[in-house]
Amino acid sequence: MGDAHPAERHDPAVAFESAKLGVWTFLATEVLLFGALFTAYAVFRLKFPALFHAEHEKLDRVLGAANTVVLITSSLTVVLGVDAARRGRMRLLQAYYGATILLAAVFLGVKYVEYGEKFHHGLHPGTNIFFSLYFMLTGLHGIHVLLGMGVLAYVLVMAGRGRYSEEYRTPVEMSGLYWHFVDLVWIYLFPLLYLAG
Amino acid sequence: MGSGAHGGIRKYLAVFGALLCLTVATVLVSYADLGILNVVVALLIASLKASLVALYFMHLRGESRLVWGFALAPIAFLLLILFGTLVDTQLR
Repeated sequence: MGDAHPAERHDPAVAFESAKLGVWTFLATEVLLFGALFTAYAVFRLKFPALFHAEHEKLDRVLGAANTVVLITSSLTVVLGVDAARRGRMRLLQAYYGATILLAAVFLGVKYVEYGEKFHHGLHPGTNIFFSLYFMLTGLHGIHVLLGMGVLAYVLVMAGRGRYSEEYRTPVEMSGLYWHFVDLVWIYLFPLLYLAG
Repeated sequence: MGSGAHGGIRKYLAVFGALLCLTVATVLVSYADLGILNVVVALLIASLKASLVALYFMHLRGESRLVWGFALAPIAFLLLILFGTLVDTQLR
């Protein structure tokens, strides 16, 4: 505290870099949170290869692929929003973030249909170890999508109130990093659960 | 920064196109029966996609070594946990 130069303490560039390291540190804890479940997946898959092969075929590859495309598209709209903010185009930022929130809702909608179908066929989190992991992993990811929508909506509203500018757009950049991470997790979940049996 | 905003958008669209192509590729490969190679190929394609997202969308490409360290350290820990657990459960 005491030895920080007053000018440095209020330097926006320093604040921005600190925020960035903070978000990357948070994402590190997220990697380990999902990592523990990925480890459980690897252990049980090696233990019950036949079960995993038979059960993964009950997942809808087409819906999974469609949701992958939806999420990748939402990553594009976020990065275009951040790019717009960097150029001081705050209206454009709002449009791109609005589109992202819409795509996130589509993703959750498809997930809702998938869950409904599974429950309808008597496939529950308690059915077997494969579906325990499926519901745990996709459920935890779904919660992250929901939280991400909240963060993006906050930035969208604050942009509307004129809180950000070309010079100050730290929350815009940080919300973008978080959303890309949500996309990253799904990039691994999709092949592991739906494709590779 | 700022050297042609359109160049930036074009770059993002190119990455987006690559991500779509890789998604199609990973779905198509999953219909072929390659045995254990199915998982290997699926994970390789996923890692390629993840790298594109991290490098271009999360702007890791232009970041300092410090940020790279923050980004890569958790992966090292994840591999440690994964391999440590597998060595224990597989070789017991």
